[in-house]
Amino acid sequence: MAKSIQELQTIATQVRRDILRMVCMAKSGHPGGSMSSTDILTDLYFNQMKHNPATWTRDGKGQDMFILSAGHMTPVYYSILARTGYFPVSELASFRQMGTRLQGHPSVRKSLPGIFQASGSLGQGLSAACGLAMGKKLDKDDNLVYCLCGDGESEEGQIWEAGMFAVFHKLDNLIAMTDWNGKQIDGPVEEVSGIGDLAAKWEAWGWKVIVAEAHDFEAIEKAFELAKAGKGSGKPTMILFKSEMGHGVDFMAGTHKWHGSVPKPEQLEDALKQLGETPLGDF
Amino acid sequence: MKKYTDTGKKDTRSGFGAGLLKAGQANPNVVALTADLKGSLKMDAFAAEFPERFFQCGIAEANMIGAAAGLAITGKIPFVGSFAEFVTGRVYDQIRQEVAYGNTNVKIASSHAGITLGEDGATHQTMEDIALMRALPGMVVLNPCDYNQTMQATIAAAQYEGPVYLRFGRPSVPNFTDPDQPFVIGKAIVMNEGKDVTLFATGHTVWEALQAAEALEADGISAEVIDIASIKPLDEQAIVASAKKTGAVVVAEEHNMAGGLGEAVAAVLAKAQPTPVEFVNGEDKFGQSGTPSALMAAYGLDAPHIAEAAKKAIARK
Repeated sequence: MAKSIQELQTIATQVRRDILRMVCMAKSGHPGGSMSSTDILTDLYFNQMKHNPATWTRDGKGQDMFILSAGHMTPVYYSILARTGYFPVSELASFRQMGTRLQGHPSVRKSLPGIFQASGSLGQGLSAACGLAMGKKLDKDDNLVYCLCGDGESEEGQIWEAGMFAVFHKLDNLIAMTDWNGKQIDGPVEEVSGIGDLAAKWEAWGWKVIVAEAHDFEAIEKAFELAKAGKGSGKPTMILFKSEMGHGVDFMAGTHKWHGSVPKPEQLEDALKQLGETPLGDF
Repeated sequence: MKKYTDTGKKDTRSGFGAGLLKAGQANPNVVALTADLKGSLKMDAFAAEFPERFFQCGIAEANMIGAAAGLAITGKIPFVGSFAEFVTGRVYDQIRQEVAYGNTNVKIASSHAGITLGEDGATHQTMEDIALMRALPGMVVLNPCDYNQTMQATIAAAQYEGPVYLRFGRPSVPNFTDPDQPFVIGKAIVMNEGKDVTLFATGHTVWEALQAAEALEADGISAEVIDIASIKPLDEQAIVASAKKTGAVVVAEEHNMAGGLGEAVAAVLAKAQPTPVEFVNGEDKFGQSGTPSALMAAYGLDAPHIAEAAKKAIARK
């Protein structure tokens, strides 16, 4: 059953708490992008995707599929997979520890349910998502394939190869998303490389493009509704989510400095206080 | 000594094309992708018979590897085809992440491998691809020797569950193996038994090794010829047994020294059966334009060079 906006907000707050506690326990990881894409992925997994953690298999037959192309955002990914029931929430404590199923970047070699493909070497996930979408078409499986990319990641040429390919093969069962937070590890995206107007670029590539606010659940739901309506149009859809790196915690918000840095204990305490506790409870 | 007859020169890439068609007919999950080299890879027959299972990717190899991985995740058996350089060196990271580490059932069809690509020159002549693919955990590396064997290796690759690198070539070369002999991954094939020296060869050098064995026989030397079509997994038992019997070894390959079959065989022998080994390979060099046969001779990969290496190995016993 679909979650209300209020319920989604509660989940997203808990996911942000999970992200911060995971990276602090592991003393490593990527909180910034995880927090900018938290609301998008919360809505995707709780209200949009047709999926059943209890019957999950890697081939994704009969279900929607998701690829995290920006593979470093494992904190948000694992939190959401756990909180939708793919594995016990308590397992989040093992993030990045020796022997864990929760590898630094997604792995298919540890039998962690919910992971369709390894990712982390940037620019490659959208191609894999194209393959999933083609496989579903061959199987006459009506379900959708989702893929989340980063804006910094979009500097990789392969993203644009996949962009051409998806249009040429009319992959209208593919909904790609970009976490357009404007930041990457070395600084603001426009100072590091300059990817320019992503909307104009994806439109020029022939995609159906939707630009939406990433921290407003009503806007997110509307964007997904529009994207799903693209099925049958012969075109893939790109939702460009305008987001804020480190969203939800004042000293982390809007700066590239938290792409891959971990808060100190007193900063964690401050951040958790800002987010507030939820009835869902910490892992 | 068993004599092999060339039943008519054929290119190994056409063996791949024939095998792909058979594999596609046998299993509806077999699909194929190419990066603008459908004709060069001899994929036309498959594409014509199964148009919905054939995907043209344009000149974008990186995306092709990822798309193949995605197809494999949904249960398809994708063969991705391009020139050897462009499905290894150009996309090493994509293969590492999406195919090897991702453990997807992708078959990398690698044509125009080695120096016999010929006139296009060194930009297109990879002599390093076996090294790159061998280095990947779990990757199967196959390098069949003629049309018939390449056809059978393609069928075997389709039946095997897991990543496979299947290497073959451009020029027409002798076709001499049994067309009906099933290909067994991980098994060496004893082409000729001998007692003085073992010639391990792979790909196009197998025919050269057979010619070398005939020349050696005329000189009173009995050479065992073993076709190592399966470079990884490697038939260590067969290698050790033959080296133990003959006491002298030559490893011939259309590939450079670093990371090639020579090093693989030497490692096996160093551990289990220390034996004098001579290497016939492209050493540490780039290729150049020329006809395939002129290049094989110039780079020291043909029968006379193999025979010479055999005598050196025997002298070191």
